[in-house]
Amino acid sequence: MKKCEAFIIGGSAGSLDVLLKILPLINAAIKFPIVIVIHRKHGTDSLLPDLLSSRTKLKVKEVDEKEPISAGTIYIAPSDYHLLIEQDRTFSLDYSEKINYSRPAIDVTFQTAAEVYKEKLACLLLSGSNSDGVNGLKSVKLWGGTALIQDPKTAQVAYMPAQAQANVKIDSVLSIEDIAEFINLLS
Amino acid sequence: MELSVINDDHVEILLSDLLEQYGYDFTGYSKASLKRRIARLYSLDRAVSFAEFRYKINNDSLYFKRFVEQITVNVTEMFRDPSFFKTLRDVVLPKLGTYPFIRIWLAGCSTGEEAYSISIILKELNLLHKSLIYATDLNPIVLEKAAQGMFGMNSMKQYSENYILSGGLKDFSSYYTANYSLAKFDDELKSKIIFSTHNLVSDYSFNEFQLILCRNVLIYFDRELQQKVLNLFDESLEELGYLALGSKETINFSGITDKYKRLDSEKIWRKIER
Repeated sequence: MKKCEAFIIGGSAGSLDVLLKILPLINAAIKFPIVIVIHRKHGTDSLLPDLLSSRTKLKVKEVDEKEPISAGTIYIAPSDYHLLIEQDRTFSLDYSEKINYSRPAIDVTFQTAAEVYKEKLACLLLSGSNSDGVNGLKSVKLWGGTALIQDPKTAQVAYMPAQAQANVKIDSVLSIEDIAEFINLLS
Repeated sequence: MELSVINDDHVEILLSDLLEQYGYDFTGYSKASLKRRIARLYSLDRAVSFAEFRYKINNDSLYFKRFVEQITVNVTEMFRDPSFFKTLRDVVLPKLGTYPFIRIWLAGCSTGEEAYSISIILKELNLLHKSLIYATDLNPIVLEKAAQGMFGMNSMKQYSENYILSGGLKDFSSYYTANYSLAKFDDELKSKIIFSTHNLVSDYSFNEFQLILCRNVLIYFDRELQQKVLNLFDESLEELGYLALGSKETINFSGITDKYKRLDSEKIWRKIER
């Protein structure tokens, strides 16, 4: 792919373990932002940024609405809002209907990012039990970006990456061990 | 859903049409969300071409109403974020209860779920008789629904849980009567609510309030419009009044922040100086 300007990871059931494994291996000098959209229960406390922060030297933060997106930062989608990316490369949030029974929906972030970053975007879909993210990966391909999935064989719940594999032309199928290396090589 | 049927130029064209034709200004709205909503409606209504879609919006006033209803987000809940409503119940409203009369503005009330939630708390605090809630939205269709006070029975379990978590002590079902698939809330609850159109983008301040709530509305506006609306709230809020925003919204970047002091933990600010 051309110079990567954004790397977005979507996941559901079984994806947190993968993130905890790969984050320590990601080079702290990466030159693009990483955005993480995972399905989780809506609660008042946000333990996820702290949990992920303990595994990496990169700055980890939950997205604030209208926040400019900076390289070298890991952003987490807040629970119970859709996360969108604007043309001016800021985040916005949206409390519209759930999509694929999910809010945040991975599709929404993948699709809006696809139009902004075009061929300079890579999106990775991890383990999960519904088909959220599949349409998003289609958009990523349509706009010239790179579509990646966790190897369904290595996923705790194979359904989500397997659905993507069946419906989208995937650029690379990555084992858990390969994911961090793939990300580091994009820098 | 295929997003690329509506592109950025289409959005710009429609927004300038709406402004010229109907005087509705959406140009300060966040574009990514707006574009998604428009694309969603475009495919939902099976528009044959952008030209036909545009023509219908500009020439069919009924369709225009549908368009405005559909591109604005009207998803809301009763007692959403229970800890927020608990703070209203335990801290904010008792404080306002010392006033002879309580004026509340709920801006962007959508279908009214929050208006009824606040009304329930006021009733339980024995303050409803001396309160008035102005519940406004730009969209007349959602206000009609709000005024009916009927919500889906299938939401009641969730709302009841929220209500209990927010400190509600009664049996939540005592506030409504089940009517097939709808829960009809007691008329007493809406006796102190005035539903009215108000467009935050173009309309002015219309009263002075001790509490203004506007939750999950500013997220749809760009920074400039957010600033403008926060100024409007500031003009409309009495000294020592409260401003409440959604869980991901803030006044921190704005010009009014020095006059306000945030309550711990919730997105509620108290106006400490004029």
